[in-house]
Amino acid sequence: MSISPQAFVLGLSAIGAGIAMISAIGIGIGQGFAAGKAVEGVARQPEASGDILKTMLIGMAVTETTGIFAFIVAIVLLFANPFINML
Amino acid sequence: MELGARKIFGNGNFYITETVIWAWIISAIMIVFALIATRKLKKVPKGIQAYAELIVDFVYNLVGQTMGKQNLRFAPYIGTLFIFILLGNLIAVFDIRPVPANVNTTFALATITFLLIHYNSIKSRKLRGYLKHMSEPNIIMLPINIIGELAFPVSLSFRLFGNITGGAIIMTLLYAALEKLSSLLTGKLPVFIIALPLPISFFFDIFEGILQAYIFTMLTMVFIANGMAQKEH
Repeated sequence: MSISPQAFVLGLSAIGAGIAMISAIGIGIGQGFAAGKAVEGVARQPEASGDILKTMLIGMAVTETTGIFAFIVAIVLLFANPFINML
Repeated sequence: MELGARKIFGNGNFYITETVIWAWIISAIMIVFALIATRKLKKVPKGIQAYAELIVDFVYNLVGQTMGKQNLRFAPYIGTLFIFILLGNLIAVFDIRPVPANVNTTFALATITFLLIHYNSIKSRKLRGYLKHMSEPNIIMLPINIIGELAFPVSLSFRLFGNITGGAIIMTLLYAALEKLSSLLTGKLPVFIIALPLPISFFFDIFEGILQAYIFTMLTMVFIANGMAQKEH
């Protein structure tokens, strides 16, 4: 049985998209740390909860950046595959 | 199943997608609302003017708290940005592709933020102070700082685009799956789409939309204020 080059490239691209999204582990851990520390802060000082929430959201948004880049790589591989035109 | 933005008209390399059309519609709605709300201003607000004052008050408070009272002149732009992204995200409730799910739109918004940061930084620090600010803590760090500054609009635009597009893709897949499932059971009538996607739609369309609009404007404000000289007061 022979695999056509298109099918080979598409299949490996799908695997690559999956591997790219492994970076989500890092974001999960990072955001979990941020949320945990924010809970500690609110428990210690409930009156500062508004400021803590704001700071936590900004920190989480910045943490997310690497994962968003990985996600962009994944959707480019899936929906705008650059390798299929190189065949 | 369509996952990209639909092209409405145009061909080749120049075309108008549905997200651009919705961006125009939202801009038109915002302009018309502003014109109607400020047509007959009264001392004691009533009706539509009261709502407009509520929004303006909220934005001025937010900007005053985040950027300091001396930077209130940014409030009109920040408020416009926030309401534009918010409405652009919230139209996803009606199964319309959200406006930031188009990387061109978000990159344009991030470019405006980038230009604002550096224009105001040069204006408030003067050229000498700006160059000194860019080469902190040492002159060797200047190229690295320049790369970091150039990466900022990219990360800002991709953050909004990635979050909203991810939500939109998951919602599209969910609707397709539920449609398929109900077509197996009842034929043409899509019974499963009635209430089942509600909690997921609430998270991805409403919560995520509000959060991302807030984060985009918040980062814009923080970085503009960061670039400017800190005045003693």
